[in-house]
Amino acid sequence: MKSMPDSWRRETKPHKFCPGCGHGLVLKALGMAMDRLKIADRTVFGVDIGCSLLAWDFFNADTIQTHHGRTVPVIIGAKRARPNLVGIAYMGDGGGYAIGSQHLINATMRNDRILIIIVNNTIYAMTGGQMAPTTLKGQKTETSSRGRDPKYEGFPLRGPEMVASFAPEGAYVARGSVSHVQRLARYLERGLENQLQDRGISVVEALSTCPTNWRTNAEDTWKFLEKEMTDYYPVGELVSPFKRDTQKEAADLETCH
Amino acid sequence: MISKLETKKDEYPRPVEGERQAFMYGNEVVVWAALAAGAECLYGYPITPQNEVMHYWSRLAPDYGGKFLQTEDELSAGFATLGGIMAGARCFSATAGPGTILFQEPLAMAEMMRIPIVLVVQQRGGPSTATVIYSQQEVFLTIFGGNGEGLRIVYSPGSHQEMYDYTLKAFDVAWKHRFPTLVLGDGYQAKMRERVLLYDPAARGMEIEPTVPFVGLPGVPGVDREPAHWRNAFSVEEELYEELEPIINDYYRIAPSLMEKEEGYLDGAELILTGHGIVGRAVRTAVKELREEGFPVGFFRPLTLRPFPGKDLIRILDDCPRLLVVESAQGQLAKLIRISIGGELDHRVQMYPYFRPGLGISAEELVEEAKAILNGKREQKQEKEFSMSML
Amino acid sequence: MKLATKRIAMGGEGGQGVQSAADILAEAAYEEGKEALYIPNFGIEQRGGVSLAFVQIGDEPAGSPKFKQADFVVALSGRSLERLIGFLWEDTIILYDSAWLAPPTVSDQVVGWQSYDTTAPDFFAERGVTDRRQKFPEIKQKVKNIFALPASEIAMEKLHPRVSNVIILGATARLTGVVQLESIKKALENRLASKIKRDPNLKILNFNALELGWEAGERMLKSPAYSAAT
Repeated sequence: MKSMPDSWRRETKPHKFCPGCGHGLVLKALGMAMDRLKIADRTVFGVDIGCSLLAWDFFNADTIQTHHGRTVPVIIGAKRARPNLVGIAYMGDGGGYAIGSQHLINATMRNDRILIIIVNNTIYAMTGGQMAPTTLKGQKTETSSRGRDPKYEGFPLRGPEMVASFAPEGAYVARGSVSHVQRLARYLERGLENQLQDRGISVVEALSTCPTNWRTNAEDTWKFLEKEMTDYYPVGELVSPFKRDTQKEAADLETCH
Repeated sequence: MISKLETKKDEYPRPVEGERQAFMYGNEVVVWAALAAGAECLYGYPITPQNEVMHYWSRLAPDYGGKFLQTEDELSAGFATLGGIMAGARCFSATAGPGTILFQEPLAMAEMMRIPIVLVVQQRGGPSTATVIYSQQEVFLTIFGGNGEGLRIVYSPGSHQEMYDYTLKAFDVAWKHRFPTLVLGDGYQAKMRERVLLYDPAARGMEIEPTVPFVGLPGVPGVDREPAHWRNAFSVEEELYEELEPIINDYYRIAPSLMEKEEGYLDGAELILTGHGIVGRAVRTAVKELREEGFPVGFFRPLTLRPFPGKDLIRILDDCPRLLVVESAQGQLAKLIRISIGGELDHRVQMYPYFRPGLGISAEELVEEAKAILNGKREQKQEKEFSMSML
Repeated sequence: MKLATKRIAMGGEGGQGVQSAADILAEAAYEEGKEALYIPNFGIEQRGGVSLAFVQIGDEPAGSPKFKQADFVVALSGRSLERLIGFLWEDTIILYDSAWLAPPTVSDQVVGWQSYDTTAPDFFAERGVTDRRQKFPEIKQKVKNIFALPASEIAMEKLHPRVSNVIILGATARLTGVVQLESIKKALENRLASKIKRDPNLKILNFNALELGWEAGERMLKSPAYSAAT
């Protein structure tokens, strides 16, 4: 694995994310996927508000930093106007599943030819650690100080499962994790390939970490991601239009670990 | 290599060849103006009374290479429009009432990032859902909405001809100066049918400023050129101020050249009537009739509400400091006038309000009102009412 | 001679074809080179409710889309006439579809000013259908003329129920004097172009309706009641 994908912009590294933050790893996976497909020169990368905005100068790719929850419509507008562009909308779980949820649902319904990446760290990080739709049951945040109580705050949202439940033909839906960067990169690559082949929408959630707001040390951070989050949010492809040899596929993905 | 921004515009016929008389609805006029200006995409969300802008566009535009998307709400419509514009396409949208509220968010982003969006607003009654019919209550929302400085250009046409002329012009001005440009119509103008002369801007030697892509630029970013990195978020106060100052300076530098108005019958006038949009038209008609009857009245009709042509109004009021302000709102235009004239003149000017929020105003009633003022029947009560309305 | 702007307010129940009639009238005037402005009432009430339309025709562009006083009020139903009462003044001519509206009770104080074509109410009285007609609303304002035309009945008897609005259109056009019959025919044909293509009989049917209305309008203009008021 290269330490830095070619599509990364060296001048803006080291990046601006907190130590231990998962964003750098998600963007590494995305960079690897972009490198493999050689699309950085025709990509429009849209970043949301929240920590994702810190990626506004991350790539050697044309980038638009938008408003909270509004990255999906901006990228759709660009893609529909100029279909030869490759549209990527990058956001957190708040942008994807709360303030921008109507865009996620309608973009899926329309099967818009873009890749939506939703980074799930179970929390609103940039605003200081409030509860997100993805906050786990019993998880303490600034706005669920006694732990998320499903009776009042509902159960955590499984975004890709929701999208998969009505994903149209040609859609690609997956959940990866920063604990398996190669595998996440593969999902992102397939999501982009799906767009390049004009098949349909691609939605990839990436389980990620936020030690700053979780107030965890390195060990607990990793444990929370790999155990608690992954238990509730299973990693894998939910919907795929790619016809493949499933056994070979499984073996292939195993080697990615 | 695949062209990133490939378009097929050249294969299509020109929407308007030469000149053509037509008897049309206002929403249809908007669509023909947009087509004539070379608009390529309309992303919109249904709300009365602008719906027919989408209807006509989705019916007509494909013949001229135009694209359409009905989005899930006005936020999506506005932001998709910004995305299309940044990709280099001439995109626009139309909305009304509560939709204009949601549009403030994309308009704020456009103001910060100098994205040349054109938005047509067909005002309906407010506040809240109110009526789907008509009002002039979206003036402040249109000119000063958003969490910024109201760095926008707002036209207020009063006839189908002006609707065509100024929508066409909006597409030029927006791309030339890169400020959000709005055409403020209303339900009456949207839904009424009258004569209009459509023309090909090129046939009149009018050049519409070409579009410029913000992203998907030629060459490989990081190799042939710097990547285009566009943002609207800043870390520190000084960084924002540094970004904002030139934008504000640009706006006020070009503002005087953008101001437009119509005035008439000012000679010997003892009372000036003012109103904008469709009401401005009633004002002009009333003044003409009053003059024919021998009453000394004149009119002032702002065509740009932002920037507001206050300088011209000051000159007029200096000679005749009596002003009848007519609007289908509770003093939004009047407040704008107060802000614009200011100072010594503000104390000298006698203002008479004729505020009918959400109600249509006819020339006939203005003739009566002006006569009542000239006959000294309006002063006391109305001035009190007026100062109350300014609170 | 300069044509002073004529203001026409039309009303009916949703689906009676008031908007098409008003629109065609305006379009015919535009085609003649006149300044025409048509605006529908486009409130919450649409289908099933009262439908109002406003048309102004003259040599000068209209000053505002709505007006306070109508020169002509054309009503196809009682409810819509109630909504148009505010537009009446001493110069208003009312035309109503007497197949849907019972004739007015004329109050004593306005006798001499109001009049109506007696044919229509008698025609209906004989047929005993007055009970299904809506009551004519009380009108306190003096008006110039009130003319009745049983358009729906004529349409049903002689042509087709769907063309009653075209009969009213013909009468309105003649009565207002704002357009030529030929211009209305042209505008009507334009409007129905796609339907006529499918069924050429529609053209004859609509033109017949238009002419019937036009002739009725002609009779109204020649009636003693009209000359007495003018």
